[in-house]
Amino acid sequence: MTGMPAPEPSRGWSADSLPWLLAGLMGVSTLALVAGPGWSSLPARVLLLLGFIALAAHLLRGKGRQFFNGPVAYLAAGSLLLLVVLALFASEIAPQNPYDLRQLDIMDGRLPPGSTTFDGAMTYRLGTDEQGRDILSGILYGLRVSLSVAIVATLVAMAIGIVVGIYAAWAGGRTEAILMRLVDLQLSFPSILVALMLMAAFGRGLDKVVIALIIVQWAYYARTVRGTALSEARKEYIDAARGLGLPVRRIIFRHLLPNCIPPLLVISTVQIANTIVLESSLSFLGVGVPITRPSLGLLIANGYDYMLSGQYWMSMYPGVALLAIVASINLVGDRLRDTLNPRLRR
Amino acid sequence: MTVLQVEGLQTHFFTDAGVVKAVDGVDFSLDEGEVLGLVGESGSGKSVTGFSILRLVDPPGRVVGGHIMFRGQDLAQLPESEMRRLRGNRIAMIFQDPMMTLNPVLRIDTQMIEAVRAHERVSAKAARDRAISALAKVGIPSPAERLGAYPHQFSGGMRQRVAIAIALLNGPDLIVADEPTTALDVTIQSQILAEVQDLARDTGTALIWITHDLAVVAGLADRVAVMYAGRIVETGPTDAVLAGPDHPYSVGLLGSIPGHGQRGQRLAQIPGMAPNMADLPPGCAFAPRCFRADARCRAEAPEITVRGSGGRLRCHHPMSAGEVAT
Amino acid sequence: MLVYLLRRIAQSVFVALAMMVIVFFGIYMIGNPVDILISPDATPREIEETMARFGFDQPIHIQFFTFVGNALQGDLGRSFVHGESAVTLILHYMPATLELAALGLFFSILIGVPLGVYAGYKSDRWQGRAIMTGSIFGFSLPNFWVGMLLILIFAVELRWLPSTGRGDTVEVLGIRLSIFSENGLQYMILPALTLALYKASLVTRLARAGTQEALVQDYVKFARAKGVSETRILFVHVLKNIMIPIVTVLGLELGSMIAFAVVTETVFAWPGMGKLLIDSILTLDRPVIVAYLMMTVLIFIVINLVVDIVYTILDPRVRLTGGST
Repeated sequence: MTGMPAPEPSRGWSADSLPWLLAGLMGVSTLALVAGPGWSSLPARVLLLLGFIALAAHLLRGKGRQFFNGPVAYLAAGSLLLLVVLALFASEIAPQNPYDLRQLDIMDGRLPPGSTTFDGAMTYRLGTDEQGRDILSGILYGLRVSLSVAIVATLVAMAIGIVVGIYAAWAGGRTEAILMRLVDLQLSFPSILVALMLMAAFGRGLDKVVIALIIVQWAYYARTVRGTALSEARKEYIDAARGLGLPVRRIIFRHLLPNCIPPLLVISTVQIANTIVLESSLSFLGVGVPITRPSLGLLIANGYDYMLSGQYWMSMYPGVALLAIVASINLVGDRLRDTLNPRLRR
Repeated sequence: MTVLQVEGLQTHFFTDAGVVKAVDGVDFSLDEGEVLGLVGESGSGKSVTGFSILRLVDPPGRVVGGHIMFRGQDLAQLPESEMRRLRGNRIAMIFQDPMMTLNPVLRIDTQMIEAVRAHERVSAKAARDRAISALAKVGIPSPAERLGAYPHQFSGGMRQRVAIAIALLNGPDLIVADEPTTALDVTIQSQILAEVQDLARDTGTALIWITHDLAVVAGLADRVAVMYAGRIVETGPTDAVLAGPDHPYSVGLLGSIPGHGQRGQRLAQIPGMAPNMADLPPGCAFAPRCFRADARCRAEAPEITVRGSGGRLRCHHPMSAGEVAT
Repeated sequence: MLVYLLRRIAQSVFVALAMMVIVFFGIYMIGNPVDILISPDATPREIEETMARFGFDQPIHIQFFTFVGNALQGDLGRSFVHGESAVTLILHYMPATLELAALGLFFSILIGVPLGVYAGYKSDRWQGRAIMTGSIFGFSLPNFWVGMLLILIFAVELRWLPSTGRGDTVEVLGIRLSIFSENGLQYMILPALTLALYKASLVTRLARAGTQEALVQDYVKFARAKGVSETRILFVHVLKNIMIPIVTVLGLELGSMIAFAVVTETVFAWPGMGKLLIDSILTLDRPVIVAYLMMTVLIFIVINLVVDIVYTILDPRVRLTGGST
């Protein structure tokens, strides 16, 4: 390291801006991927995977042993990595493109797991749905939809929450009071209800789900960030920075943000899992993602009607995938919270 | 008749930083109706000794050696279920901070009646009557009405009286009192001391009174044991020890009490700090702070020597060197 | 105490009014209600008449004041689909949801408290860790997924319990309830369990944290010194202390339980107000959606008040300071 050592508490711009930058990078690339053409770009997806791994490695630097404290941690981290890879490279791995109607054969509808196509060219390892869609392929693509919707919504909500929270903390007075009342009002209602109302107003659609999920979450981040910002602002080094005559913007970016963001990233891990659950619930209720881009929740809803008649696989396997992704994110998030940041426990 | 005989008691704490020998070879015995004052600085192991007798040492602490003979049974070897039957029944304990020892959300009657019914199959009515008479005994006015109150409705002194009443409920043979008056006002402290002394005399209950305050011991205890760094460094009849302490540490403790006729004089102090229990010096643990210490003290821990007055001492250089018996 | 209560009530009224504004303008965005009220081949004159009858031809702020005026008189409009008063409709469906939420709450305490206390007691052992990992799974399982699984196992495979629907009801004080009939209760078990699982995980975590904290307190050690058994220490001394935060949180969560009943009721075809809401959203039945939201706000406000009162009963320290004013 050359140059001036950073002041101890803020740890400086260079080291702590990294997760922030990586998160931004991930958000933007995921957004690009969701938008459509990006999914076909292999380099973009490889970049995204590398960003994901780099972010994880950065968060855990020097604390790997503490994080991997038992078999559960290894299992959760491993399955999370596996599921992310499966989602990212679904189009390479899946035996069928479930969005391409020409590949579907309605005659192959509702086949049990292990059946093969009429010509024997392909085996439906997890069976097919009522339109003859391969469940395994549907799951892989659905995983992609569920994950990207949740990650984008969470990261954007986090960005909005950071801006509003820091603004409220910095502005103080009436502005702060009004903003925080608004936050309180929204948080006093269960997220599912708010999201349901928004989707009722918006109608189905990928972008609409993302917007609804952002609106549902921003308030939570705003409250957390404001709290952290206030407690950080009270610390001496902020006073010291002010005393040195540093401009407000510089104090926010060099001192407040680097201290607020690592704990937020930990929270957002668990929040992504919650968002996946929320999105899947909306889709299950028929007010979420469109039928043309089924998420795991919608796949489960589609198969639900056949479950009582014993054709369990249409709902069951997407359900297992949903459980796997949510549980592994939650387990990893729980370990992260324990390892990195016990003070922001909910 | 001997109620309690402790021999070579060792209680160690197995922490990440190493083994802390909080109590390391403590011996003493106690007769019926006798009051023993266990004196020492904080961290000397006196409270841990008390908790070891009831086998209530919190993990990572553990009684690792020695015998605690109580009425012919070795408490150190007793199964937990039998130990539970003794606690609060034959051996009771009073804690230091009366604000913390009573459960804040349970009424006094609940907390007293359960102490009776944990050991005897009596009716709730009988247990209640016993609770009322115990409260009356410790000087709580209109005990029957006060039973229905919650702890926060009592003052600190009153709460400690309630705790003492609970300890008395089953007529124990031994009460271990862990600095029960430290957290109280001086006036209340002396009231409670007087009452406890009367109660011990009336019922024949043996009492171990743990304190850092030699002045308390002077008025209360029949015998005194001075603890330092997990060991008893000097023990003997209270009068003898207070009048002519032999261990330099006892001398220091006595010197730091303000007394009559010393107005305007500087109080004597023991130089240095209480020792780090995880890293004790090889010889006598007090040597680094002792004004009489020499090379032998720093190299070799002193063994117990029996004194003429029936006292015992761990010191190479006692204050009254000529009287050493061995 | 009285001052405090009055201030709380004033606060609640403000929240209710704010929600009224948000709900009205929010719902205004949902589709054009005329589309579903009038057949596509109606004449322009018929459309105009219908618009006038429902007041849709008025400017939005007039519509709003009419809405508030009616709402204050307990009238939130008529359902487009059912033709009934929306409030009556919600009230008709509400008991089914409330009894489901109540049973769910009961289950979550029944499951969560013992598990949490045990996990706190054995927090360093594998039992404690296993329970905590299990509770993460409880958090992870989406509501509808749990319901589906329970139906698959207990209704389809084992055939122990009925899968969907409500079963027999008994009329209690003019309200039809399932919880008091054996058949009805059987229908309730699976949906209530589904609803309970998430909260049970929450309770487990709360109870564990509380137990760990309580176990190192002096009063626990003193209880041990009295010779009180470990069971009694855990389930009297510790439990009484940790129930305060648990009841507070759970009381506040009753509201979210009613909200989550939307999903559970859909899975189990349970005829409660959550299912009514989903059906109304899908058919754009605006007055029913509004009525649901306003009723839910009301329930939330009442719950918050009740939790405060229960809290004072459970914690004698709060009661004393409250009573002395």
